[in-house]
Amino acid sequence: MTQLVLEQALNGLQFGLMLFLLAAGLTLVFGIMDCINLAHGSLYMVGAYFVAAATQAADSFWIGLAAGVAGAAVLGLLLELSLFRQLYKRDHLSQVLATFALILIANEAVRMIWGAQPLMLNPPDALAGPVEVGGFFYPAYRLVIIAFGLAVAALLYLLVAKSRVGMWVRAGAANREMTEALGVNVQGLFTAVFVFGAALCALAGGLLGPLLAVQVGMGESVLILAFVVIIIGGIGSIRGALVGSLIVGTVDTLGRALLPTLLRALLPADAASTLGPALASILIYLLMAGILFFKPQGLFPARA
Amino acid sequence: MSPRLTALAAALMLAGSVHAADQIKVGFVSTLSGPGAGLGVDIRDGFNLAMKQLNGKLGGLPAEVIVADDQQSPDIAKQAADKFLKKDKVDFMTGIVFSNIMLAVGPTVFENETFYISANAGPSQFAGEQCNPYFFNVAWQNDNLHEAVGNVVQEKGFKNVVIVTPNYPGGKDAVSGFKRYYKGKIAEEVYTKLGQLDYAAELAQIRSIKPDAVFFFLPGGMGINFVKQFVAAGLSRDTQLFAPGFSADEDVIKAVGAPMIGIFNSSHWAHDLDNPENKRFVADFQKEYGRLPSLYASQGYDAALMMDGAVRDVKGKVEDKGALRKALQAKHFKSVRGDFKFNTNHYPVQNYYLRVIGKDAGGRVTNKLMGTIFTNHADAYVSACQMK
Repeated sequence: MTQLVLEQALNGLQFGLMLFLLAAGLTLVFGIMDCINLAHGSLYMVGAYFVAAATQAADSFWIGLAAGVAGAAVLGLLLELSLFRQLYKRDHLSQVLATFALILIANEAVRMIWGAQPLMLNPPDALAGPVEVGGFFYPAYRLVIIAFGLAVAALLYLLVAKSRVGMWVRAGAANREMTEALGVNVQGLFTAVFVFGAALCALAGGLLGPLLAVQVGMGESVLILAFVVIIIGGIGSIRGALVGSLIVGTVDTLGRALLPTLLRALLPADAASTLGPALASILIYLLMAGILFFKPQGLFPARA
Repeated sequence: MSPRLTALAAALMLAGSVHAADQIKVGFVSTLSGPGAGLGVDIRDGFNLAMKQLNGKLGGLPAEVIVADDQQSPDIAKQAADKFLKKDKVDFMTGIVFSNIMLAVGPTVFENETFYISANAGPSQFAGEQCNPYFFNVAWQNDNLHEAVGNVVQEKGFKNVVIVTPNYPGGKDAVSGFKRYYKGKIAEEVYTKLGQLDYAAELAQIRSIKPDAVFFFLPGGMGINFVKQFVAAGLSRDTQLFAPGFSADEDVIKAVGAPMIGIFNSSHWAHDLDNPENKRFVADFQKEYGRLPSLYASQGYDAALMMDGAVRDVKGKVEDKGALRKALQAKHFKSVRGDFKFNTNHYPVQNYYLRVIGKDAGGRVTNKLMGTIFTNHADAYVSACQMK
C-alpha cells in the first residue's frame, strides 16, 4: 500500500510539474499584461510538433527538444511583436476572440502541415525502460520529466525571487502603471515574458510527446487545466502556479486511482464503475470551486 | 387534379421508384483525426481498395463514396450523417468506428430507411432489443472478440485478471463478453476515460494488485500508449497481456514495435488466413498502401464487397428496400475471412481465431495465426432481437 501511494505520488508530481510549465507562462501573461491568452495551449501543441519534426530530422530526441523549444520561442516572439502587442490595450472580449481565432488557425495549420493523424514520438532508448526506485520499478523517462520540471521550477524561483528582471516582473504583476512610471521598460519585459512562456510550453509539449501523442487539439484539454491551476494559485503568481499545479496533479491522479476502489466499497459494482471515473474527472473542478469559495483571489494573489 | 389522375400519378411514382438507379451513393462517416484515426483510416483504405478493384462500381453501377471525418464526436457524426441522408440522399452508410457514435447516429439513419452496413461498431443494443431491419454488421458483435479472449485466458489457466477498458458502450460490451467465458477471479475492472493517453495511475494500481494476466481493450492511440507505458513501467516481466485483435493489430504494432511480442489476441480475420480472396486482399493492400492491412481494413474491404454483391443481386433496384435487405442478408460475396453467414439480427455467425504477436520469417513484428477458438460462433443477444 505504501508503495502504491508512493508511486501515485510520483505520478501526481510528474503530471503536476508538466502543468506547471504551462501554467507559469500563462499566469505571467495574464497577471502582468492582463491579457487572456487562450492560444497558450496552441503554443504547447505547435511546440510539440516542432519537437517531433526536429527529432525526426535530427534523429536525436535531445537535439529535437532543443531545436523545438527554440523554434517555439521564435514563434512566440513573432506573435508578440505582430499580434499581442495590439491586444494588451484592448478589453478581455477582444483578447478572447483574437486568441480563440489563433487556436482555430493553429489547429488547421497543423492539420495541413502534419496531417490529421497523431505523430508518435519515442523516448531515447536509454530511458525507454524502468529503473528501480525504493523497492519498485518506475519508468526512467517519467523520472527525467520530473527532473526537468524541478529544474525549471528552481530556475524560475531564482529568476523571479532573486534577479533584477524578476523584481520587475513581480512589480509589473502587482502594479503595471507604477512600474512604468519608475522607468522600467515594460514593453520589452512583456516580450521577454511572452517568449519565455512560449518556450516553456514547447518544453512541456516536447517532454510529454513520447508519453502521450502529438496531435491536433492536444492544447485545448490541457489549457483548461492550466487555467484551473492559475485560478487556484492566484493569477500572476509563480509560486501560486507551482502549488496549484502540484495540487491539481496530485488530486487528479489520486482521484483516478482511488475513487473507483473507494466507491466500490460503498456502492454496487456497476454503479461504482460508472460513477467512479465520472466523479474522478470532476474532482479538480470541485476543488477549484471549494478554493474559490474561501479564497476568491486564489491561494497566492499577486495583487494585494 | 382529379382523384383518378392523382392515383395514376401515385402509381407512376411507385413504378418509378423501383427502376434501377443509375448511380449508387455511399456515405462514409468515420474517425479520421485524433487518437482513434488509425482505425478509421484503415477502414477507409480497405473500402477504397475494394472500390478500386471493382473499378469504382458497386453491383455494376457507377458509385460515389462521400467521406466525412467525425473527429470521434457523436455530434459531428450526426451532422455529417444528416447531410448525407437529406442532401446527398445516399443509398448506404458505413464507416463509424466507435459504438457510442454508432448509437447516436443509428436512429437517424434507420428513420430515413437507409441501410447502414457497419464495418466496425457492433454495439450489443443493435444486436438485441434495438435490432433494426436497416442495420447490418459485416464485422462482429462487440462482445465476440472479447468472448474469444476470455475463453483463451480461461483455458490457459490464468486465475487472477485485471481488465482495463474505456468507459463507453464498447468498453461495457468488452467486459461482459470477456466475463461470459472467463470464470476465474477478476481482481479489478479499471474503467478509463475514452481517449485517455496517460495510464500512470492505472499502471500503479495494476502493480499493487499483482495480477497474473491483464486483459486490455483500448483501441487506437489508447492501446499504443498503454502498451508502451506498461512495458516502460516494467510490468511486462511478471504479467501476461491479453487483448482482443483491436488492441493488437498492425496499427498498434507499427507504433509500439518489439514490446508487443508475445501478446495473445483474438480476431475473426488474420492476414495469414489461407484463402484466395484474403491472399489477393493482403497483397493488393500492401502494394497500394505500403503496409500490412489490419482487421479494420479487412472489415472496410468486406463492407464494400457486401454492398457490391447486394446491389448486383437486386439488379441495381436499390429502392426496393425489401429485396435489397434479402440480398444483403443472403451475403452474395466472398469474404476475406472465409465463409460466414448472417444471423437473424443481421450480425455474423463466424469463426474466431487466436493470434500471437511475434517475428515472421523476414524479422518483421506481426501477428501469427495460432488456431481456432470458436467455430460458427453467434452473439449472445440474438434471442432478444424481434426483427420487424
